[in-house]
Amino acid sequence: MLNIRDKGASIWEKWNRPQRVTFALVMIFFVALLPYAGEFPLTSFLNTPITSYQATLVYPVAMFVLMALGLNIVVGKSGLLDLGYVAFFAIGAYTMGILGTTTGLNTWEILPIGIALAMLSGLLLGLPALRLRGDYLAIVTLGFGEIVRIIALNLTQTGGPNGVVGIPNPPSIFGQNFALDDHAAYFWVIFVMIMLVIWMVRRFTVRRPGRAWEAIRQDEDVAALMGVNLLVYKLWSFSIGAAIGGAAGVIYASKVMFIAPDMFTFNVSVLILACVVFGGMGNMWGVILGASILAYLPERIRFISNSRQLVFGLVLLVIMNVRPDGLLPRKKREKIKQKEAK
Amino acid sequence: MNFSVLTTQFWSLCIQGIALGFIYVLISLGYTMVYGVLRLINFANSEVVMVGTFATVVAQVAILKNPATSDPLHGTRLVLTLLFALLFSALACGLLGVLVELVAYRRLRALGTNRLASLISAIAVSIVLSEAVRIYTHSAPVTSPRLLEKWSFGEIAGANFRVDTVMIIVSGGIIFFALDRFVNKSRLGKAIRAVSMSEENSKLMGINLNRVVSLTFFIGGLTTGAAAFFYTTVYETTQFNVGFNLGLAAFTAAVLGGIGNLRGAFYGGLFLGVLEQFSSAILGSQWKSVTVFLVLVLVLLIKPSGIFGEAVQQTRT
Repeated sequence: MLNIRDKGASIWEKWNRPQRVTFALVMIFFVALLPYAGEFPLTSFLNTPITSYQATLVYPVAMFVLMALGLNIVVGKSGLLDLGYVAFFAIGAYTMGILGTTTGLNTWEILPIGIALAMLSGLLLGLPALRLRGDYLAIVTLGFGEIVRIIALNLTQTGGPNGVVGIPNPPSIFGQNFALDDHAAYFWVIFVMIMLVIWMVRRFTVRRPGRAWEAIRQDEDVAALMGVNLLVYKLWSFSIGAAIGGAAGVIYASKVMFIAPDMFTFNVSVLILACVVFGGMGNMWGVILGASILAYLPERIRFISNSRQLVFGLVLLVIMNVRPDGLLPRKKREKIKQKEAK
Repeated sequence: MNFSVLTTQFWSLCIQGIALGFIYVLISLGYTMVYGVLRLINFANSEVVMVGTFATVVAQVAILKNPATSDPLHGTRLVLTLLFALLFSALACGLLGVLVELVAYRRLRALGTNRLASLISAIAVSIVLSEAVRIYTHSAPVTSPRLLEKWSFGEIAGANFRVDTVMIIVSGGIIFFALDRFVNKSRLGKAIRAVSMSEENSKLMGINLNRVVSLTFFIGGLTTGAAAFFYTTVYETTQFNVGFNLGLAAFTAAVLGGIGNLRGAFYGGLFLGVLEQFSSAILGSQWKSVTVFLVLVLVLLIKPSGIFGEAVQQTRT
């Protein structure tokens, strides 16, 4: 089967630094122009029927890419199956909702608080849960996701089933306004966050935590024997993933101005996990591609409105069966080794 | 917080919890059997439950001449109708289970890919199932015809022995006992246990792996379908999204008892049913899933392999 990942990597490795920088800048330029792609005749096929294309680009596409990158650290890099990722998204969103409506703080001030709270909850959940093995971790995280939603549904401070209404939009920075329909501005903010995450993950991957995660993913017992502190590095991966989810939640709540518990159901966790696995677990570019496709596809085929989720499920099923390692899987070298081991 | 129910309704809550628990037990067998053999979470099982509830309604409507106006049945006719609906739902779910295995797992299993790919493909199958039913029923709840008049056998110590409660407990017990005998005593059951110990070695011993896996999915589907029948008989209404909560609770029950272990699923399911009844009576029904999960986390912290341990000790991820 065609291996785009290795081909791309070999071209990238042949380039020298200026070539790489130029390529990255050109790519950033084109992605930053994406909100206007619907207006050019050449790219107007991207336009989504019924829903606004620019709004789709912010949520779900960019938001899902961001969250899928965060979940990829947990699931793809360190091999911990998290089925309740939406909990951190919800914690970020509710931090923004409650603090934004009750205190005078604005979005940019709440962002670090939201991230910190999401990280903290990741730590609190991780401390007991990460001692468990694979499938038990999955069910505990799934339960955590549901618990966060149920608590939000039943407490009066979170507005119960009505949620939080009237969350303020972010104040303008660098002369850029953030009204409800300034979709491009939100897209750029999330794009900057995505680039930060990409940079962070790339740095982690080549340093001690990245190597530790890789070792844990391949074989926990061997990793422990080699002196990797399992709990510490698992907690790191878990809380970094949680922080990214929380950041996405803060921006989301501030964008849509209204949050309710039904926005944070198990389905969202499943969708983000599907993005990670569909794109190619552990490979960042694959995850970005997978998340873009899975978030964009249901909006693009909205004209068959009633059965679009059905079509989505069928597409997911077929692609998982045709390319079980995802669209852009991680390096081949390692897969051959896995086969030999079997 | 309403602790007075502990003294006033203790036995009543117990008996309701056990009846609910048996529904969970039967569903969780669909998870635990598959996990025992394949080490995979059978994610589509929750939608198999949902399809089973609809199959029950279809069977009941088909057998009644005029379902909208008919009165509850009596005597032999009642028993035969219920039995037919039970068998129909169980068979439909059993066959659906086999189909799910063919579509979602077989190819990926042959390729020997990572377990998450199978998980996502099972999730895809459950999206397809629930969406297909949602479109077909226009998202509306479907009411089943009232076959069984819910008279009571009488009260013992404040516990009301209603006919449907007794039916679930007795027939659930029989189904579980039969399955336990089948897995532990029969030749095919031995094959299932062999595969759950080691796929490679059981292949070498001449076991047809694919057939055993299909059989496991079929049996899991059968019990799940039976549970769907009981659920419909008690609550008399169903909807396309009914599977999620039932499936989640049943999966929790399987983990509580030690996933992959049949008797573990039995005790886990009963424990969970009783726990749910008590927590919704004491704290209010909106907190019941929170209590359930807190208990689950506590159990896993103290004993990570579930209360009764896994069937096979060396489960590796």
